[in-house]
Amino acid sequence: MTVTCPACGRETAQAVWHAHLCVCPACGSHQPIAARARLTALCDEGTLAEMNADLVGGDPLDFPGYAKKLAAQREKTGMQEAVMTATGRIDGHPAVLAVLDAQFFMGSMGTGAGEKITRAIEYARDAQLPLIMFSASGGARMQEGFFSLMQMAKTSAAVADFSDKGGLYISVLTHPTTGGVTASFASLGDIMLAEPNALIGFAGPRVIEQTIGQRLPEGFQRSEFQQEHGFIDQIVPRAQMRTVLSRLLRLHEGGVKRT
Amino acid sequence: MIKAMIRELEEIESAQRTAQGAEFAQLAARRDALLHQLSDLTPEQKVLMARYPRRPKISQYVDALFTDFFEQRGDRQCREDRSILGGIALFHGRPVTVLGHRKGGNIEENLACNFGMPGPEGYRKALRLMKQAEKFGRPVISFIDTPGAYPGMEAEERGQGEAIARNLAEMSRLRVPVISIVTGEGSSGGALALGLADRILMLENAYYSVVTPEGCASILWKDPKKRDEACMALKLTAQDLLGFGVIDGIVPEAVGGAQRDTQALFARLDREIAQALDALEGKDADTLVRERYAKYRRIGLA
Repeated sequence: MTVTCPACGRETAQAVWHAHLCVCPACGSHQPIAARARLTALCDEGTLAEMNADLVGGDPLDFPGYAKKLAAQREKTGMQEAVMTATGRIDGHPAVLAVLDAQFFMGSMGTGAGEKITRAIEYARDAQLPLIMFSASGGARMQEGFFSLMQMAKTSAAVADFSDKGGLYISVLTHPTTGGVTASFASLGDIMLAEPNALIGFAGPRVIEQTIGQRLPEGFQRSEFQQEHGFIDQIVPRAQMRTVLSRLLRLHEGGVKRT
Repeated sequence: MIKAMIRELEEIESAQRTAQGAEFAQLAARRDALLHQLSDLTPEQKVLMARYPRRPKISQYVDALFTDFFEQRGDRQCREDRSILGGIALFHGRPVTVLGHRKGGNIEENLACNFGMPGPEGYRKALRLMKQAEKFGRPVISFIDTPGAYPGMEAEERGQGEAIARNLAEMSRLRVPVISIVTGEGSSGGALALGLADRILMLENAYYSVVTPEGCASILWKDPKKRDEACMALKLTAQDLLGFGVIDGIVPEAVGGAQRDTQALFARLDREIAQALDALEGKDADTLVRERYAKYRRIGLA
């Protein structure tokens, strides 16, 4: 059993591929990793505890074909929603974690994902834990219309409230993070990280190209571009993510609040 | 189609001024038929009505509803974005901060205002004005009418997503009342970035949606011509959204569109804003922020 890297075409044994967290050992390109695999690799052994695993959204608009499509996505991925939320420890530091998975419905945010993310933020607020959220999303889920749009307001309000109460939020942008997720909680981290070469933006490249009538330059809206334009603190390869997060959690311990 | 009907209606009404006898009766019958058709619009027709070029614009709302408007320009970082108009004004003698998308009334203005599609600078200007409103204890009244945030290269370079996200976060905890009125197009995050409010009102023929119907049709069905179906499926009309309990009220328009009786529209809007302000101004800031959080918190809760 081998995996063919979509970027360089090289074949890698499946076990090696997964041991490298879906980063191609040959070319280093960061390929999609399942939310659960990411969290399992990130957290200390035996500390990962999923939250609200069975929480799902509805079909508020009774949108044509949506229920069927949603069922097919669940069947295909074995996931109930586009986001997995959990508590866990990283190098001994406790945290609340949320991971969007682009393999489920393009990681789009409807009422189910919005509610799970909001609950994770509120849990971190109430338990006074740091919050780490990994984004990978095509944006707000169209099939839930206005309700999806309002999840942007809901999650952003929850981050603002969490921040007002002194909570640390580390936002990690992974490929691709666009649309309503970029334009809400994903852009609101105290610390902004990104995986290498992730597409990060509000409008998708195709929409921009159609609007301006020209091709976008190489690297446009990629992590390195976003860092250059001031929106990312650091780009962190997946292999180093655990170490960097552990360091950041440690650096945020022991600050003294003056009132 | 909507445009043609409105034009015909206007031509008939103008002809009626000189017509007599049988000719007048004939015109009146045709006028009644048109008004009947225009009084029961499909979602797609409402979307076209929301975009009708002669629909009242932000400058008309500002002139009609407020006095002593002082425009504030620029985001203090980079540039002035004319696609959002904002400033201080008096509403029934009380100071307020007014904001709104500006599409422009003719082609030169349309271009200068980028057809009401803001870049990050526009949203940052709006945020600057809202934070000032909070500092000086002024309620914020925002008028929404945009096809969306501008999908251009510079907008991306300067952080379109971050600018919208920041407005959502800051508006959610703004310690003054926020009232938002969707007057035409309320499309996607570009609309919401001025719209996170204590009271959300919509004009009768306005729409509010996660995506334009054309965008929805081309993404889901690879066919922008399926706009009609997208308009139905997205449940984006004021009537749909009031039915879901996710907006607070509908402001009626004249049959044939808001532009046909602006006096009645402004009078009604004046009452609605006054009522909303009266209800909100009695609340202390903590209550206001807590209730606003709860308002959005419950949307989509299973």
